[in-house]
Amino acid sequence: MARKQVTTTDEFVKGLWRDNPVFVQVLGMCPALAVSNTAMNALAMGLATTFVLLMSGLSVSLLRNLIPREARIVCYICIIATFVTSVDYLIMALSLELHRALGAFIALIVVNCLILGRAEAFASKHNPGRALLDGLGMGVGFTLALLFIGVVREILGSGSIFGFSVFPDTFQTWTIMVLPSGGFFAMALWLLIVNWLKKRKEEAEKLTTEVLT
Amino acid sequence: MNDASHWSIFLNAALVNNFVLAYFLGICPFFGVSSRLETAVRMGGAVSFVMLVASVCAFAINLLLDFVNAPFLRIISYILVISSTVQLVEMLMKKLSPATFRAMGIYLPLITTNCAILGLALFQTNRGYDFTQSVVYSLGAGIGFALALVLMAGVREKLDLNDVPDLVKGTAAALIVAGILSMGFMGFAGLGR
Repeated sequence: MARKQVTTTDEFVKGLWRDNPVFVQVLGMCPALAVSNTAMNALAMGLATTFVLLMSGLSVSLLRNLIPREARIVCYICIIATFVTSVDYLIMALSLELHRALGAFIALIVVNCLILGRAEAFASKHNPGRALLDGLGMGVGFTLALLFIGVVREILGSGSIFGFSVFPDTFQTWTIMVLPSGGFFAMALWLLIVNWLKKRKEEAEKLTTEVLT
Repeated sequence: MNDASHWSIFLNAALVNNFVLAYFLGICPFFGVSSRLETAVRMGGAVSFVMLVASVCAFAINLLLDFVNAPFLRIISYILVISSTVQLVEMLMKKLSPATFRAMGIYLPLITTNCAILGLALFQTNRGYDFTQSVVYSLGAGIGFALALVLMAGVREKLDLNDVPDLVKGTAAALIVAGILSMGFMGFAGLGR
């Protein structure tokens, strides 16, 4: 029993760091770069994607024995597109302003490789409970990654965070960070940090094994 | 309805608002197949072709959906048409040029989940382009995508031969290059108004 619990929490935790969709697997980059110009947009996009991930993971997992193998991708895409359409209308109903800021990128969640990838690699092979956990982990990991990028870009590019300014008025904002190229730079920065942390951990492990032997 | 001239639509799609470098559409293939110049050219060609076909199909579907008054089916029907187009291109290519087919590897089926194609279909609908405008827009977008891919591949081929710190190697270096390219493309702002 205890062993099973370890594996289920692992299903959730792996998406947060070890297999983080954006920083480690480099999936779903388009929305990660495109709508991360402010922290708020990043959060909204992350939540919308998490919702789609959860619902599509659940549906694919429930239907996994009914879907014929040859036509599976088309079925997955239909399922995903259904949920994306509902999220699109939901956001439009909640906040028209947000809908305008995110633009076509809500509809483009359909083609986020992360969602199709999880449906194919995980949800189609596991039971609904584990598929939900996996979806949640990946979704939260995706949201966090987007937030990280969004926060850096908003602080440097607009001198604020979630719309509250954090610098005195004399701060010269780095306009480049809000522009498209800033997305690439912020993402590169985070990738460097992740690489550095991974490398440091590997070296530390190597050192301990050397000391032990 | 949109009354922008064809030339300005083309320039806008290809350079000013380049799909990859300004809209961040199609980033996955952009990083995935841009390490060799030759594959980049082929991928650019394939994407341009699929874009053209998808744009025409999307225009027809939109007319139909407007007729039956069901805009909520737009995303589903677009994505289905795009994936069947990709399947068709894949089959054609397998038949006509097996070498190219192998060189494309996994990225040909992945055009289905290439956001640039769905993005193109959605943008042309949102902006209310008519038929010729849509075709010109898709041509511009395709050429812009191929251009970005080829430029990137050229830089990355050179980068491979140089001594890059271990930490930066791979995606991080590619991202920095893309950022600089994107800055370069900002210089086109204001063209074709």
